[in-house]
Formats: sequence, structure tokens, C-alpha cells
Amino acid sequence: MHDMAPTTVTLAPAAAAGRVVRLGQAQPGDRGVIVDVRAGDAAGDHGVHADELHRRLLEFGFVEGARVEVLHQGAIRRDPIAVRLDDMRIALRRRDAGDVWVLLDAQ
Amino acid sequence: MTDATVPSARVALVGNPNSGKTALFNALTGSRQKVANYAGVTVERKEGHVVTPGGRSLSILDLPGTYSLRARSPDEAVTRDAVLGKLAGEIPPDVVVAVADATNLRLVLRLILELKAVGRPMVLALNMYDIAQRQGLRIDLDGLARELGCPIVTTVATRKRGIEELVAKVDALIGEGALGTANSWREPSAGEIRDAHREAQRILKAHVRPPERPDTFTGKVDGVLLHPIAGLVILFALLFVMFQAVFTWATPVMDLIKGAFGWLGAFVAAHLPAGIVTSFISDGLISGVGSVLVFLPQILILFFFIILLEDFGYMARAAFLMDKIMGGAGLHGRAFIPLLSSFACAIPGIMATRVIDQKRDRITTILVAPLMTCSARIPVYTLIIGAFIPNRQVWGVLNLPGLVMFGLYAAGIVSALAVSFVIRRVMWRGTAEPFLMELPTYKLPDAANVARNVLLRGRIFLSRAGTIILPLMVVVWALSSFPGAPAGATDPAINYSIAGMLGHLLQPVFQPIGFNWQMTVALIPGFAAREVAVAALGTVYAVGGGDGATGALGATLAHHWSIATGLSFLAWYVFAPQCASTIAVVKRETNSWLWPTVMLVYMTALAYLAAFATYQTAAAAGLG
Repeated sequence: MHDMAPTTVTLAPAAAAGRVVRLGQAQPGDRGVIVDVRAGDAAGDHGVHADELHRRLLEFGFVEGARVEVLHQGAIRRDPIAVRLDDMRIALRRRDAGDVWVLLDAQ
Repeated sequence: MTDATVPSARVALVGNPNSGKTALFNALTGSRQKVANYAGVTVERKEGHVVTPGGRSLSILDLPGTYSLRARSPDEAVTRDAVLGKLAGEIPPDVVVAVADATNLRLVLRLILELKAVGRPMVLALNMYDIAQRQGLRIDLDGLARELGCPIVTTVATRKRGIEELVAKVDALIGEGALGTANSWREPSAGEIRDAHREAQRILKAHVRPPERPDTFTGKVDGVLLHPIAGLVILFALLFVMFQAVFTWATPVMDLIKGAFGWLGAFVAAHLPAGIVTSFISDGLISGVGSVLVFLPQILILFFFIILLEDFGYMARAAFLMDKIMGGAGLHGRAFIPLLSSFACAIPGIMATRVIDQKRDRITTILVAPLMTCSARIPVYTLIIGAFIPNRQVWGVLNLPGLVMFGLYAAGIVSALAVSFVIRRVMWRGTAEPFLMELPTYKLPDAANVARNVLLRGRIFLSRAGTIILPLMVVVWALSSFPGAPAGATDPAINYSIAGMLGHLLQPVFQPIGFNWQMTVALIPGFAAREVAVAALGTVYAVGGGDGATGALGATLAHHWSIATGLSFLAWYVFAPQCASTIAVVKRETNSWLWPTVMLVYMTALAYLAAFATYQTAAAAGLG
């Protein structure tokens, strides 16, 4: 599946332990703690202002300190992704998840 | 009844989506509710009444679900404005009932903190409390109530548990004359949202102990249903079964209804003196009502599936699976639910687009929603398929009419995707707005709740049939009966009527797509409402042919039309210009005549082209 998105830096879960990655680039099975949620850091057009996307992410509970785990991904270009966020499940696009930085657990 | 000495009060229900808010509303108000709403999401204003044991009449408003008062869609704006008391023509609520899924408190706690800032007297209903208990989730109710400064009631809306206590707490709050505090709410900044989360987290930690037996069922089911390949296969299989069921399960009941109305029409014709009144009752009223009622079973089955999947929690998964596919066509993932609702009727579908925040995404969805095969097309499809497609098995298990029906649905879906793709390319470019959606835990649908909602949809369909279709049927009957045939006329009477004249007048326009003048006549009321076309064909042929039997309409058509004409008629109705009510709703929702006009023009053009291509191809293949 990795070869489907050649522009993305993909890291195997084992190699990524202890690394900080964008949630938008995480793989199913990756888990960790959110360490930063930024406004407009991720490249690309989100259809809304960076600050608006930032606040929406926060409202859904993407806040520093929350635990996150990538559960599933879509069939086409591995998008969107379904994540477990603390005790909730949220679906979002990789593009919009780029502003969320996750410190992956050591495996 | 209401004691005049106890003043009535207004209560608003506010909560996250999927918190069981609507179930709680149903449990509170029972059948005493005014609903101007349809399938899928809570979009319209729903109001109900309950009388407390003390004789106070409470008017309960079910507000659209939201995660924040910082409204992003028209839907959420209604909730915000109603809570703030800024909604035009609405009196602010005396008490706000915050509805929370007891097993999923994190986000709702932040919403409750916002509601606290608004300052209205509040009661917190911890719903689905039975599931929380089963999971071994411990909530320190007294501590939480102290912390939040509002009374807490635990409820199980589907089992009607805790409802009396909730009403009592609300009643007590009003009785005390609680006025709340001044409104200090304003739109929070990113930093304030973070702070509120931290506060919610602290409250959660202090008063809620995590479940001993957390739900693992949802994770296991998602492993299959959200699987990139298996998930899509299951989604399409589900849709396929749904449409096969709509076609096959309904048949026995439909035959029964058809038979009953055929008998009634014949009975009236035989026992009343022949004349204009008898013709009106038998050919106008009875056959008109019958032609519409007969499709109620299919509409109920379709809604049964939609409501069942919604209550189970599958709809959000479907949106997840379909997001990329729809995104490729320029649609937002959230458009899936409005478009799926449009299978029942485009009107609730178009109204459900209010969940889409961005105007462009919303208008694209509105423009293509009527291409989804609404239940009003089922009568037309059923009639033509029954008349022209042989009822035989394909590959042993599938039946051919069901397969053709599926093909027509598929044609609607594909053309909706194609049109939205073109709209994105031609009218505007740019990215769809962010797709962020909660995937709720799976829940066993409650039979009573599903039954209530299915019956509600049936009632809405019937009231629509009564108020729009029936008067139109009478108009069609009048158009096709007046003026009567001159003395000594040899042709059928309808040939001399206004409808006949109109049909003949428009005939040249429809000649190239294989429509005869009877069909052209039926199309005129068909512009008002699609299913009317069937009843109109019934009237035109019953009056013209004089056999008077609605049940035999299919046979009559098979006799009068070529296969190419039948297929062309089907193709026409895949794109057929929408009913008057759809146009009215588009006008209302977009607040402009531009979009309804665009819709009317593009759909008519597509319908004509599709019917033309179908007819000419079929005729060339020797089916003309």
C-alpha cells in the first residue's frame, strides 16, 4: 500500500517508535500522544481558513495530551482515515489531519 | 388537561449528535409532536408537548445535534440561536436539557461548559445509562452535579427510563423560578477551546471512572465494515439487497391494494348511474388514490432500511467508505447522507444538506440530489418494468425486474456523480471543506423507535399524496373529460378534451423520443409530481379505453406501446424534471430563483437527451 502515495514519507510502525509524525502520514496501527495541534502548518487547501480548521480539530478533541491510534484507512489512496481519539472514533481526511502532530509510542 | 393556573414553559434539548437526543424527545413527548421532518438527520424544527403531574404544559424543542455553539452550518446556527434566544419568532427556552451519551462524555462536557456560559437554567440528562452500567463505567453523579451546578438525571430513552424524573427536575427548576445567570457566551478562540477541554478532562477525571468492560464490539465490527475492500463490498451488497427487497417484498401487499381499488372502482361504476359524477368517482378519485396508495409498501420498506442503518450507526461508516469516491466527483463526504435520503424523497435530502457548511459544496449537493431515484419514481419504474420486462430469474437467484430496477438506481447515482463532477469543473473550483465525523458506537436499533419513524415517513407520504397528488388527479380527470366528445364521434372521448388537445399540440416535440400523445398528456401533471404521471396514465387510458381497471394499466401499456417507447419513458424518468415541491424547496433553501432554474433546465435537457438516445438505439435494434 505504501507505494500508492509516493510523495508521503511513510514510516513502518516499528521504525517510528518514539518519533513525532503528522497524523496525516501515520499508518494503521500507529498510536501515540498528540503533542501539537497547529494552525495552517500543513500544506494544501482545506476549503476553510487554517484557523477554522484548527478550531474544528480542537472541538473534536484533537488536543495536546489526547491519545490517538490510527484504526483504518480508505481503499483509494489510503484516505480518509479512522482514528481512535481517547474513547471516541473519528473519521477524517489525511489532508486535514496534517496539522496534528503525534509522538508515537515506543514499541 | 392543563391547569390554567400553572404557567406553561419552554424546554430545549441540546446535545452532541448520536447522543440519543431524538429518542429522548420521542420518549418525552410520545405522539404529541409536530414534525416537519424526513429521513436521516435531525434537520427540521421538531416540537412536542408534555404535561407534568403538576399540570404544567411543557413545550419541548428538539434542536439539531452539535458539538459546539460556535455554529458552522445553518443547522447548528439554529441550535445556537435557539439557546441564546436570538432565533426570530422564537421565545428563548426557560430550561435547557443537555442530553449526553453517558458512555461518551468528553466532548459533551465541553458543550455543557459552553451552555453554562449562556446561563440558562439547565438539567443534564445522562442518556444510555444502561450501556454505561453494563460497561462498568462509574459516574459520581452527586459530585458531577455539584461541579456543573445543575441537576443530573440518568435516562434510558429507548426504555422510557428516567423520563418521569427528568420531567420532575425540569418542573422543579421552573417552579423555583430559576432565572439563570447573565449570558457570558461568545465564540471561543482556539486557546479557549483548549482550556475548556482541559477543564472537561479535569471534571471527567474527578468524577468518572473509566469502564471496566469497555465496548470491544464496535472495534471488531469496524474491522470488517471499514475494511478497504470488504467494507465497500458489504456497502454495495447492502444497497443491492435493499433495492431487491423494495421490489420483491412489497409485491404481495401491492397486489392486494391494487385488487381492492380495482374492485372498488368497478363496484362504483356498476352500482351508480352512468354519467359524469360516476366517472369522476371511479376514474378520477378511486383510480387516482389507488395508483398512489399502492406504492406505500415500497416506501415503507425503503425507509425501514434507511432508519435501521441510521440507528445501528452504519450511516457514518458509509460516509467514511464513500468519501473518497464522492470527493473524486467533487462532493463532500457529508453529502452521502443527504443523497441517501434523496432515495426516499429529494425534499428531505435537500433539507439535509444543511449539515454541509460550505455554500458551494451545499449547492452542488442540492443540484444533484433529485437525480437520486426518489420513491416517487418507483411507481413509474414499477409500472413500466412490470409491463415490458419479463419476470424471470437471472443466474438462478436474481430476478430480472429487480435487476433492471437496480440498473435504474445505478444510472441515477452515476449521473449524479458525473453532474457534480462537471459542476465542480465548470462552475467553481477549489477544495471541499474538511471532513471530520464521529463514528458512533454500534447500537442495536430499538424496534419501537424504528417502527415509529417508519410510520411517520408513511404518514408524511400519505399527507403529501392527499394534499398535492389528489387535487392534481382531479384536475387531470377534468382536463381529460372536458369538453366531452361531440355527438356521433368515433374516436375515444379524451381525444376531444383539453388534455387531448395539449397532448396533440406537444406531440411533435416528443415524437423523436417515441412518446405518443397519451404520454405527453401524462407528462403535464408529471411535472407537478412524478408519481402523478402513473395515475395520469391510468386516467388517460381508463377514460380513453373505457375499461376502467387500474390494475390492468400495465397490460394496457404493453398493448399500446412498443418496447422502445417503454424504455425511453424509463430513461426520461431517470432524469425527469423534479416535482413542484422540490423546486419550491430548492428556492427556499438557496433563497434564489437561479438554482431552481438551473436545475430545471439541466434536468429537462438530460431527460430529453437520454430518452432520445434510448429510443433511437432501441428502435434501431428492432424494438420500435
